[in-house]
This record gives sequence, C-alpha cells and structure tokens, in this order.
Amino acid sequence: MASIDGGGDSGGHKKGPGVKKAKKMSTRVDMTPMVDLGFLLITFFIFTTTMAQPTAMNLFMPKDVDKPEDQNKVKESGAFTILLGKQDIVYYYEGLDPASEGNFRTATFKTIRDEIIRKKQNTKPDDLVIIIKPSEDATYKNTVDILDEMTISEIKRYAMVDISPVEYQLVKITESAAGIK
Amino acid sequence: MPSVKIKKHAPDNDMTPFVDVAFLILSFFMLATKFKPEEPIEVTTPNSVSSAALPEKDAFMVSIDKGGRVFVSVDNPQFRQILIDNLNKTRNLGLTPAEMKNFINAPSVGVPFGQLKSLLSLDPELESTKNVVKQQPGIPCADSTGGELYFWVRDALVAYSGRKLNLLIKSDNDTKYPVFKNVLNAFKKNDQNKFLLVTAPEDAPPGTSLYETRQNQINKK
Repeated sequence: MASIDGGGDSGGHKKGPGVKKAKKMSTRVDMTPMVDLGFLLITFFIFTTTMAQPTAMNLFMPKDVDKPEDQNKVKESGAFTILLGKQDIVYYYEGLDPASEGNFRTATFKTIRDEIIRKKQNTKPDDLVIIIKPSEDATYKNTVDILDEMTISEIKRYAMVDISPVEYQLVKITESAAGIK
Repeated sequence: MPSVKIKKHAPDNDMTPFVDVAFLILSFFMLATKFKPEEPIEVTTPNSVSSAALPEKDAFMVSIDKGGRVFVSVDNPQFRQILIDNLNKTRNLGLTPAEMKNFINAPSVGVPFGQLKSLLSLDPELESTKNVVKQQPGIPCADSTGGELYFWVRDALVAYSGRKLNLLIKSDNDTKYPVFKNVLNAFKKNDQNKFLLVTAPEDAPPGTSLYETRQNQINKK
C-alpha cells in the first residue's frame, strides 16, 4: 500500500563468513489494515450522517376571542380565502361570500401561487388578508405547504382559522361533483 | 545499439494521496455528523422555505405520527425531573422515584395518564419493553379543552417558569389536520400562541417574490 521508500531489506553486500549482518528493519509499514478501517469508518459515517438539519417554521395563532367586536374586521375587497380539501386540492374565493356565482373555484398547490400573486397585485397592500381554512380532510403537509406559500409570496397578513359549516358544505359538493373521494 | 529502457514500475502504486483524501473525507464526516436520538415513532416532516435553525435548548416538543398518535418530549433532563414531579403531584399518578427515573431516561412519552405508571414501571433494558414503547397509544387530546395534553403543556410551562420555552410541533406529512388542530388547542388553552413547526429545508422557488428578496440580500453582501 502507501509506500514510504526506505531501502530494501534484501540488497546488502556479503561481508564474508563470520561477519554477522545486522538485520535491517524495513521502514515500510503495511498500511492495508489502517486503510481498511478508514474506509469502514467512512462508509459508517456516510450512512449515519444527516446533512440537512431540520429548520423551524414560525406559526402564530390568533388568540381566541369570544366577543365579536374584539375581532379584526376584514375588508371585502381584500379578503381571499383558501380552503384545503381532500387529495391535495385547494378551493378559494375572493371577498366574503363563497356562495355567490362563479366565486368559489378549485385549484391545486401549483396553481394557487399564481392566484395569490394575482390577488396581491390587484389589491391595496394594507387591505389584503388571506384566510386559510383547512378542512377536516386536509393533511398536515397541506397546512404547512399553504403557510409556506404565504412566505413565498411574502403575504404580510394571513390567518389560519376554522372552516365554517357553509364552506365545508361547498367543498363537499364540489368534491362529489368532481368525483374526488 | 541504444536500447530504450522501459522503466519498471513497482507493482504497488504509491497510494499516499489516495489515503490522504480518504482520511480527509473521514474526518469531515466525523465532524459533520450528528446522531439522531432514537425516537419511538417515525415522523417524516414536510419541507418549507423557512431557513431558521431549530432551537435545541429549552424545547418542549409534541410529535404527531401518521396515525395521529401524540407524543411529548422535553430536551433537558433537569426539567424533565421537575415536569414529572409536578405531574405526579397534580395528577396523583403515584409514581415511585425509580419510575420517575425511567421517565427522565425515556426519549418521549405517549400514553394516557392512566397507563403512565405501568409504562414507566417496565425495565427499559428489556427487549419486550422496547415493543411496548413502540406501541404507545398516544396522549389523548381529542376535545375542545385539549385533553390530557393540556396538563402536559401546563406543567411544562410551570417547570420552565421564568425561561423562554420553545414549543415545537413535529408532525408527519400524512397526519390529518384535526389532530394538529387539537394539539394547537391544547397550547391555546394555556395561552400559548407562538409555535415552531419542525420542517425540512427547501429552496425558495425561482421567480417568486421571496426568491427575489433573498437574491437581493445576497447581492447586497
């Protein structure tokens, strides 16, 4: 293996009979076991290491307030509600009335970003509020993904609140119409 | 006649640089590696663009697995001691000092208070105990008051009184939202509204406004 050159041990002169030759120790050490062990350790550490350290995502939840007058009001022009449904499908509507004609629409996590950007561009920055309402069928991944979209599109004001029965009903109807189980 | 002599190579090549590099890689991995503490449940966290590092100190972590089982863990053994002392008194668990010691050594716990004593009375060295630990039913929290998780949070806050306690929530991709909501409820009932969600890092998608902001920050530097 790694050879450190230091004279052979077999090339001495014959000194004649009676002269004892001092046995020269080789300076060359067999490194094979050391290298074997080195690679064993490398493979061990490669397999056990976790390169990507987990990160922390901040989540601020609003305090529960009982009195309606303590709650923040949302302007109709600036409200944008996102509902999370089954099968990674999201629903959204603008304003405060989900049931009005053509307002309740379906999107995926890929297309919702464009909708958020569009809404952000068309609304006064101070008015824009995005309301996130995960339904019972949404997964935790959906929730984190949509909160992430807020960070990605740099939405300053957003809130995560419970879904209302009317909205959940709308989601259910849309789902059954589209055949989503 | 001049004959071209081909220099004879030794059959063993000089491997010194090769070995040097190998050991360099080895030392890199040894320093970069960090061992995961063994946890009784498997959780695959979702990705997020968030870049903040996860705090390691003063962390009270609630983990939720795929099936919606809720587990609790506290990072500092000193505070684990205070926490289990408190719980023992407030919930009348009747734990012996040996059982409390088992709690301090356990990575995380996910049983109702009724089963806590029998779980902690098991010898942690036995193989059968490890199976029991893996099959914990989770801490009940499925009601509007936060269930038993409420008391865990309350006593943890008491144990950490005067210090800032980081509330971590680590949940699986496929956990259903209602379970997550119940956990949030248990915190909210204790007037805790600020959480840290454990996620895996991800880059901001190009073309988005976050991406632009981050690029500008890099360019300024």
